[in-house]
Amino acid sequence: MAGSDPVVATRALVKHFGPVKAVDGIDLTVDVGEIYGFLGANGSGKTTTVRLLLGLVLATSGEIELFGRPMPRSGGEVLHRVGSLVEGPAAYGHLSGATNLALLDASARMPAGPVGSSRSGRAARRARVRDAMDLVGLGAVGRRKVSAYSLGMRQRLGIAAALLRQPELLVLDEPTNGLDPQGIREVRQLLVELNHGGTTILLSSHLLAEVEQLCTRIGLLDRGRLVLQESVDTLRAPTGRTLVVTPDADAAHALLDGRVATRDGDRLLVETTDAAALNARLVAAGIRVVELGPERRTLEEVVAERTSERQAGEVAR
Amino acid sequence: MILVELTKLFRRRRTWVAVGLLNLLPTIVAVLLAVTGIAPRPGQGPAFLAAVQANGSLFAIAALAVVLPLFLPVAVAVVAGESVAGEAQSGTLRYLLVRPVGRTRLLVAKLVAASAFVLVSVLTVVLVGFVVGRLALGNAPIGQAMISVSGTVLTPGQVAWRTVLAIGFVTFSMLGVAAMALFLSTVTDSPQTASLGAMALLIGSSLLLTVDAARPLQPYVPTRYWLSFVDLYREPVLLSSIDRGVGLQAIYVVVLLGAAWANFATKDVTS
Repeated sequence: MAGSDPVVATRALVKHFGPVKAVDGIDLTVDVGEIYGFLGANGSGKTTTVRLLLGLVLATSGEIELFGRPMPRSGGEVLHRVGSLVEGPAAYGHLSGATNLALLDASARMPAGPVGSSRSGRAARRARVRDAMDLVGLGAVGRRKVSAYSLGMRQRLGIAAALLRQPELLVLDEPTNGLDPQGIREVRQLLVELNHGGTTILLSSHLLAEVEQLCTRIGLLDRGRLVLQESVDTLRAPTGRTLVVTPDADAAHALLDGRVATRDGDRLLVETTDAAALNARLVAAGIRVVELGPERRTLEEVVAERTSERQAGEVAR
Repeated sequence: MILVELTKLFRRRRTWVAVGLLNLLPTIVAVLLAVTGIAPRPGQGPAFLAAVQANGSLFAIAALAVVLPLFLPVAVAVVAGESVAGEAQSGTLRYLLVRPVGRTRLLVAKLVAASAFVLVSVLTVVLVGFVVGRLALGNAPIGQAMISVSGTVLTPGQVAWRTVLAIGFVTFSMLGVAAMALFLSTVTDSPQTASLGAMALLIGSSLLLTVDAARPLQPYVPTRYWLSFVDLYREPVLLSSIDRGVGLQAIYVVVLLGAAWANFATKDVTS
């Protein structure tokens, strides 16, 4: 891999569908080894951006690079290093899951390079397919046709298809869609393991909790614009205020006069970074403390703050 | 990729149902002929049907003439119309393209698969026609000579190689339909629309051939020379229509495939 080149980079990326600006000047960077959370409401342009990255949709203007190579021109050379799940899984219903994967594996030529499992031949293909099926927990379904699969099984098959050939970059659009809680945990664990193994992951989702747990950095889309691109640690860093919950809110308010930023019932936000000293002072003054700690914003708050309110009756574009 | 497409096509039950139905009509005709013994008078009805009472082997050619005007092109339109639009509808198109399969390569593979379907269909029709003809109709010795359309005698050897040529000509004639359906298949995400569009072209073309006022257009409509394969059984072989038929089909195929490629290569795949 070419040193510190970002895995994904776009510059001033624009895509119009007729009069609609689906993507409106996006500068996106995903670095090697990241789990990048791509957030945004329905219709904010997430899927269009993903399709642009993969060369399915052609940009109106702007540049896209995957592994430092221009897209879609170099698609033939770089896309085999990418595994993707775009807008739900798809497979031929009249064939088994394994046959679907084998056909998909056979449909593109093997790269000549030293990429992971670039062996060709039937036995190698069968082994790759079996590995991918095992990874997503479909090892035991046998020859059942995909048309008889449940929603969750189809989703797993979609992830298996993305994992075929051990990609360096995974682009996953709502990977836990349709999975039960157990399945969601399994997929999350799988992604973390793959990431430890060096796989860069671009995860598009509107499940903030999922992104918060998994991702190292997030990009937030609002109406086709990237309004935020920041590491999760920075976003969730202490805000410099301390949250105090106390039944003696009035007394505490009087004691800390001038340093209380806001008060909401028995919850006080105090302008200090030294939570321990604050606690000692409150206790010394005989004020009972239920809860005390540095204030951290949740991802949900950050997102709500940066995203413009949807108009009443405004449908996702 | 071509192998993958062929696998997909021939592992589909629907493909074989289509081939089966394609063979059903000539078989019914053969059985009816055998039971009733009423053959059309020479010069009437589908080509060769008059002669099969005497020589069942000829039913191979007659079967081809039976399915050629409508059944065969409809089957081809369905299969070719499905090719890209079907993948788009099921969502598998995007996963093929990001694998990555080049768009031009995908189109070529789809065309090859559609052509393979045409060839398999035509071959089975001829084969089944031959067998059914032998079983149900005139059981003349296989070595018996045949009276050509011109009235002279053709040896079985001559009939055999002319039949090979006829298979080739009919297959090629169907490629125009296939190209039309393939083009429409890149335009729409609905396989039904693509198939019906190609069928509309066929029906329109056949209609123009029956309207005298459309005479100036008639040499250029795609179905004009389809039945000219009968000319292969004249003595000597009358090539003028065959030549023109091949040339006309080639133009349709090239133009429509060009259009399909131009459209698909720059298309936003949003399915």
